[in-house]
Amino acid sequence: MTVRMAEFTAAFLLALGSIGLMWKSTDGLSIGWIPGNGPGSGFWPFWLSLIMLLSSLTTLYRAWAGKTPQSRSNEPFIDRETFQIVGVTVAALFFLLLGTSYIGLYLSLIAFLFFYLRILGGHSWLLTIALMIGIPVFIFMFFEILMTVPLPKGISEPLFYPIYDLMY
Amino acid sequence: METIIPSLLGGLVEALEPFNLTMLIIGCVIGLFVGAMPGLGSVNGVAILLPVTFIVPPETAIIFLAAVYYGAMYGGAVSSITLGIPGASTAVATVFDGRPMAQSGKADQALMTAAVASFVGGTISVVLFTLFALPLASFALRFGPAEEFALMLLAFATFVGLGGDDIPKTIFSIAIGLVLATIGLDIISGRPRLIFFDITGFYAGINFLILAIGIYGIGEMLWTLEQTKGDVQVHKVRAGLHSIKEHVGRLKEYLVPASFSGFLGFFVGILPAAGATPGSLMAYGLTKAFSKDPESFGKGNIRGVAAPESANNSASTGSMLPMITLGIPGSPTTAILLGGMIIWGLRPGPLLFTEHPEFVWGLIGSLYVANLFTLIANIVLIPVFARVLTLRFTILAPVIFILCIVGGYAPTQTMHDVWLMLLFGVVGYLLRKLDYPVAPAVLAIVLGPLAERSLRQSLLSSQGDPLIFVERPISAFFMACAVLLFAYPFFVKWSRKRKATAAGTTEWQG
Repeated sequence: MTVRMAEFTAAFLLALGSIGLMWKSTDGLSIGWIPGNGPGSGFWPFWLSLIMLLSSLTTLYRAWAGKTPQSRSNEPFIDRETFQIVGVTVAALFFLLLGTSYIGLYLSLIAFLFFYLRILGGHSWLLTIALMIGIPVFIFMFFEILMTVPLPKGISEPLFYPIYDLMY
Repeated sequence: METIIPSLLGGLVEALEPFNLTMLIIGCVIGLFVGAMPGLGSVNGVAILLPVTFIVPPETAIIFLAAVYYGAMYGGAVSSITLGIPGASTAVATVFDGRPMAQSGKADQALMTAAVASFVGGTISVVLFTLFALPLASFALRFGPAEEFALMLLAFATFVGLGGDDIPKTIFSIAIGLVLATIGLDIISGRPRLIFFDITGFYAGINFLILAIGIYGIGEMLWTLEQTKGDVQVHKVRAGLHSIKEHVGRLKEYLVPASFSGFLGFFVGILPAAGATPGSLMAYGLTKAFSKDPESFGKGNIRGVAAPESANNSASTGSMLPMITLGIPGSPTTAILLGGMIIWGLRPGPLLFTEHPEFVWGLIGSLYVANLFTLIANIVLIPVFARVLTLRFTILAPVIFILCIVGGYAPTQTMHDVWLMLLFGVVGYLLRKLDYPVAPAVLAIVLGPLAERSLRQSLLSSQGDPLIFVERPISAFFMACAVLLFAYPFFVKWSRKRKATAAGTTEWQG
């Protein structure tokens, strides 16, 4: 996809999204002016979504007329090299979150760090393992013990019972 | 004056309390490192670290975050000079002369100039801040909801008028931030709004932190990964006592432009759309224009390092002035601080001075302490920075991502928010590639609930008559300024077109 195409696609999708927001704002809410009272609860999101729609349409028009620098560029929007690092990172983050919901944060963190440091970054085993242990331990100490925020553990919860016994 | 001095002394005492001082020192050092990392600046540091401050009292939290903000402004120069990559957008202008100085083996002198100039700018702005804060807050006490709304409109207008980004895209960014802020239960009618696909997670609304960490944590790291695919080239820094000795002799070369830039930066920093980046670029441009040897700029002129560094520090303090006194943030970083204040249960605005004087004066006092401490830490840590910056990005990136995810989870403890954060980060990154400005959206999601409430409150009090905004003089004045700012880019375009037609050429640039 070229930058020019991306500019069109983005403006088009944002315009669609704005229409969706406008439609959603009317959902059981008053978008109008209640006499003697001022705007209803749907007023603010509805008219702002309309502004979003109008500005996206303006961008579409300006892209069509070649007025934005992006609409004059035929460079690839995401080149191969960028895709390799950014795309892979986004995928890794996706699996990190997915894993967090099921097998818990800590196990997912260890897998994420292994992937990122060893496979993607090509760092030494020593550094990889040190961070794979160090970071989850730090997160546990700081968030669970100091801030008392229980982080998601999913099915790995039983692994933490001995630590809870030590703590409380 | 007689009320300022005892309050300030009280604030200094508070900032020097052992616990606050420890947090301040930690904040400065973290800030220095965050600022020194290429791609990460004050806004990223403050966004990522805000969730961890919920364990300490608000007075300490603000001191810590302000110290991070401060340190990051000092630290930005480090990678500008040693790597030739700006540590943050606020340090772009520092590259122009800092890099040539490093190439000619003067990296130590450039780093020290940056530190000392930052101190000069910081000191000037903190003094100006102390003098202006109380009068401005007492003036703002007269503001009702109508004035508040007009002032927020004015803040958004500065992005359109002075932001310099594509105007339809800027307006889009403001509007989407404001709409995202309305998700959840309506504060006035109690009705649920914009609950997409009936997902219950939306009833609680979208916490501004989710957008801020998404954009400034995840999105920013994706952006930096794209920019620094290749390896970075670090310049050797040889620093020791002899460099300090040499530097003392060179101080007089740049103290005047640094002081001037400090004043300039402060006033530019107050404007919401302007802030530290344009402030430092303006300071660089003016120092170059008024110097006797403008052609030596860009080739390693010491004043070219001093001017932008002084201005960006001073602008960061300047942007805190409207945040504390009016409740309107002067920069994306202060927008996040303001959001934090709301979470801590404080109501930002002029009443803060009477209701929570210890909070305000503690912050002001801490700025004095942080300024001095960061100067010392910066000079002492120069050799350490040189080592840390050789770290590859594939080590830093996963650590930041993990902090973002855990930090995004901690405030509300739902995975719903963390998924949204990833979505905002990716979408923000893609839109940023198309030159959609992201700062207005972050400012808007923080101000959104306040803006809507003040709009509806003013209309309730006027029985639905919108003329209330122009009948009250202060509000009318802000409204007029806002309209002028909205119209300003169109005026510029129109006058350029006229000139172009007069000269018989066609205008291509939109």
